[in-house]
Amino acid sequence: MNSTPPPSPTPNADPRADDNQQDSASAGRRPIDIVNAGLKRRYAAEKRFRFMGATAVALGLTFVALLFFNIISNGYTAFQQTYVQLPVYFDPEVIDPDGLIQAGDLNADEINKELIRVNFLKLARDALRERFPEVKGRSAKRKLYGLLSPGVPQQLREMVAHHPELIGERRETWLIADDDVDMFMKGRSTPVKRIDTSGSATIVTVPSSDDTLQIISSGADFNVVFERMRTATPTDKTTADGTTLDSDMPSYLIAINHGLVKVESITAHDITGQVLLPLKNQDPATPRSWELLELSNPQSARRLKDQELAWVLSLKDAGALKKRFNTLFFTQGSSREPELAGIGGAFMGSLFTLTLTLLFSFPIAVGTAIYLEEFAPKNRWTDLIEININNLAAVPSIVFGLLGLAVFINFFGVPRSTPLVAAMVLTLMTLPTIIIASRAALKSVPPSIREAALGVGASPLQTQFHHVLPLAMPGMLTGTIIGMAQALGETAPLLMIGMIAFIVDIPGGFTDPSTVLPVQIFLWADSPERGFVERTSAAIMVLLTFLIMMNLLAVLLRRRFERRW
Amino acid sequence: MTLPLLLLLILVAMALAYQLVRKQAIKNVGGVSGIKQLHSLPAYYGYYAALWVGIPALLILLVWFGLHDRIITALMIEQMPASLTAEQSSGQVSLIINDIKNLATGNITSGRITEDIQATADHYARLRDIAQMTLWGLIMAATLAGMSLAWRRAKPEFRARNRVENTVLVVMVVFSSIAIITTLGIVLSVLFESILFFQEIPWTQFFFGTEWSPQIALRSDQVGASGAFGTIPLFTGTLLISAIAMLVAVPIGLLSAIYLSEYAAPAVRGIAKPVLEVLAGIPTVVYGFFAALTVAPYIRELGDSLGLHVASESALAAGLVMGIMIIPFVSSLSDDVINAVPQSMRDGSHALGATQSETIRRVIFPAALPGIVGGILLAVSRAIGETMIVVMAAGMAANLTANPLDSVTTVTVQIVTLLTGDQEFDSAKTLAAFALGLTLFVVTLILNIIALHIVRKYREQYE
Repeated sequence: MNSTPPPSPTPNADPRADDNQQDSASAGRRPIDIVNAGLKRRYAAEKRFRFMGATAVALGLTFVALLFFNIISNGYTAFQQTYVQLPVYFDPEVIDPDGLIQAGDLNADEINKELIRVNFLKLARDALRERFPEVKGRSAKRKLYGLLSPGVPQQLREMVAHHPELIGERRETWLIADDDVDMFMKGRSTPVKRIDTSGSATIVTVPSSDDTLQIISSGADFNVVFERMRTATPTDKTTADGTTLDSDMPSYLIAINHGLVKVESITAHDITGQVLLPLKNQDPATPRSWELLELSNPQSARRLKDQELAWVLSLKDAGALKKRFNTLFFTQGSSREPELAGIGGAFMGSLFTLTLTLLFSFPIAVGTAIYLEEFAPKNRWTDLIEININNLAAVPSIVFGLLGLAVFINFFGVPRSTPLVAAMVLTLMTLPTIIIASRAALKSVPPSIREAALGVGASPLQTQFHHVLPLAMPGMLTGTIIGMAQALGETAPLLMIGMIAFIVDIPGGFTDPSTVLPVQIFLWADSPERGFVERTSAAIMVLLTFLIMMNLLAVLLRRRFERRW
Repeated sequence: MTLPLLLLLILVAMALAYQLVRKQAIKNVGGVSGIKQLHSLPAYYGYYAALWVGIPALLILLVWFGLHDRIITALMIEQMPASLTAEQSSGQVSLIINDIKNLATGNITSGRITEDIQATADHYARLRDIAQMTLWGLIMAATLAGMSLAWRRAKPEFRARNRVENTVLVVMVVFSSIAIITTLGIVLSVLFESILFFQEIPWTQFFFGTEWSPQIALRSDQVGASGAFGTIPLFTGTLLISAIAMLVAVPIGLLSAIYLSEYAAPAVRGIAKPVLEVLAGIPTVVYGFFAALTVAPYIRELGDSLGLHVASESALAAGLVMGIMIIPFVSSLSDDVINAVPQSMRDGSHALGATQSETIRRVIFPAALPGIVGGILLAVSRAIGETMIVVMAAGMAANLTANPLDSVTTVTVQIVTLLTGDQEFDSAKTLAAFALGLTLFVVTLILNIIALHIVRKYREQYE
């Protein structure tokens, strides 16, 4: 071949190349000396090359590890959702003013109809106000209501629909928390550092305002914080005596006498601050009975501001905030609210689409493979078919989307964004994969099987369907599963045929508008909310789990049924 | 609702036909004892009947679903009171038609329901009912006719097996033509729209223009009212990102293929190879998410700390991640090619005293080069056509630049953007997507043909 042999050792090689061999050169240089002279360099080159190869493999493996680590570390928290426990009073005046449901003569449908007009939001808000009676004013109340998810009324409605006996009762109920609260509970908003105190604190009311307090510590507690602030984040309001905090600095809260005070200005021994949660009393506090909380992420960089955080912290300390397994994520359709968004709809869409794709592509691919491999005469037409199949396997997937849009939707009028049209496009995309695998499987069946079948009088088709096909089936199924895995992960062509629409309902059939898992991932990845990042990653984890399972199945099938002839 | 029911009906009819005609065939020769007088096995008479029942019915169903809506709508429009359509633009008329259809099927309508509309809706509903009944009748008739035909032919001398097998063969030929039909469909669908596009925009502007801004304003006084369709920035952007991807994928893919096939212990190979191939099975949308959420911010921060300005949607991030995606593609193709080099060449080189790396670099690599080039060309075609990574991680701005830290856009990104936003068919903006699609298809097709040709030539060399 066109190979070049390694530099051949010749006696009249350039003497300048091996100066270190001067001593032995006097006796006449043997070829082996010249080889030996270059050996060190050649071995070093060998080592370098080997190292490069190993590095490349290591890099590739690192990428795999990095990808999986990144997605799992972002996504595992989405399998839990934070709930808030609140005393909800199922007020009969609000839910059932006419007493129809309580009378017990209504069936489930009629109850649902009654409940649709009920203002469950009011019940949830009443419960919140009962928990934090000190909150006054419209904007403060609105912030307080923001702790609960907009999905809470629906949650309460379903509770009452299933248990009408709740009406009239007051019950501690776990309600879905807003995604901002959820993010805080999962440590993705700000860390809360508790700093112990060494001095005793005296509380002084500030006469000009009723929600401002001055707290004086006998220890060096405030000095530590103040010194750090003076050196690390000085502003133009920082003097040698004290400084005012703004929203671009970390926040400091003081937990004292079951209340919370937010530090607004600080000196070496005292602070002045706004009361976020009312104090039980204004008695002096002994060292360690009060503490300093540091929220190191500045308020301006958080969606949950200090006041809301104070409520959350108080709920958390009371054990009224809990993370539970997130069933909503698996049962719900998509939503604009991260805490209510689930992959249920996309999962059903993927299921419908894949079922149809399998039904369309498997018979077509097997038929094609048998015809081309076993029956087709060698002529121009079959050559053309083969070239086409090989090329289609390498056509960019988005082009299939264009085909689907122009031909299936605009020409044949197949309904847009349905599993039906998605399956048609994906069938065309996966056909080459399955055909190529099926042909390989048919090829691996030895001719003796065919000859034996033909010899005992089977017709050519009987030979294929009764003898060759059963032996080739494991290989064909393996190819089909790999093709289906491809179809499950495909996104680009589906964007073209309208699967990108925002669909909340869970599809119930092949012609319902729906979306599929990868497209859902794409849509969520575009959403700015922090809560969607973890949900996107979690959806990816679900998708990858299915893909890995399908590929494992293919590998097992191959191992189990692979036959060497 | 009717479709699954109809399909079920056809399936049941097929099963019934199979059983009945099979039994009839046996009965015609006087029971099981006379079975050898039949030309074919009894089951073939059954299959024959099932085919005669199923195929015509399915064809009727197919034609029906292609046409019935158009026919009914046309009939309805004919009967529509003139007051509804008089002095209305075609858009308003189609709105009214939609309303009528929605009313008839019990959906929410957009406009006020007048008496005329209600009457037409009733008419439409009646037409639909008639159509539905006709369909059922037709399918029933077709199944019965098929069954009776097969019934009469269930004679001993009838060559049922040959008929069935011929039909199956025809079906297989039809199936295998789907590959050609698909290619034809792709070419025709993008070609027609592209021709419409090039009637509006000269092809010189499309291929040689340096400005891309496909927004066509609704009002003439709007900013950027005239669309510019110069695709040079898109092609350079595509090439830039593909080049970065290949710079990542080719060295890593090639070297790891060499290492795994020539150096690695079987145990290492047994683990590393499948793990690397996991990269090939990961959906591209996952790579896109990874690129947009992790890699791009990281590169930006890195650039900031070095004092470089990095766009938040830099070509580098998209290219890097695309490179990672292509690694297994390059490595598995190279692996095939390297393994195809005959062992005798390795042995010969070693016998001359070459080290392993010298053998690889000077014997195996030159011998495998055509195959490797073919594989790389396939990978390039893949990179050019890749969509999700660039849609999620590359920008929308059509900058004409070679700076990998800048934001560029690609052909595929523009196709997706043009076709997923608000669109109207036949506007130059929408048609431009098809022109881009045609260009993409042709370019990747040429690359694929060359690559497949090279690879095939190379394989033949050693077979």
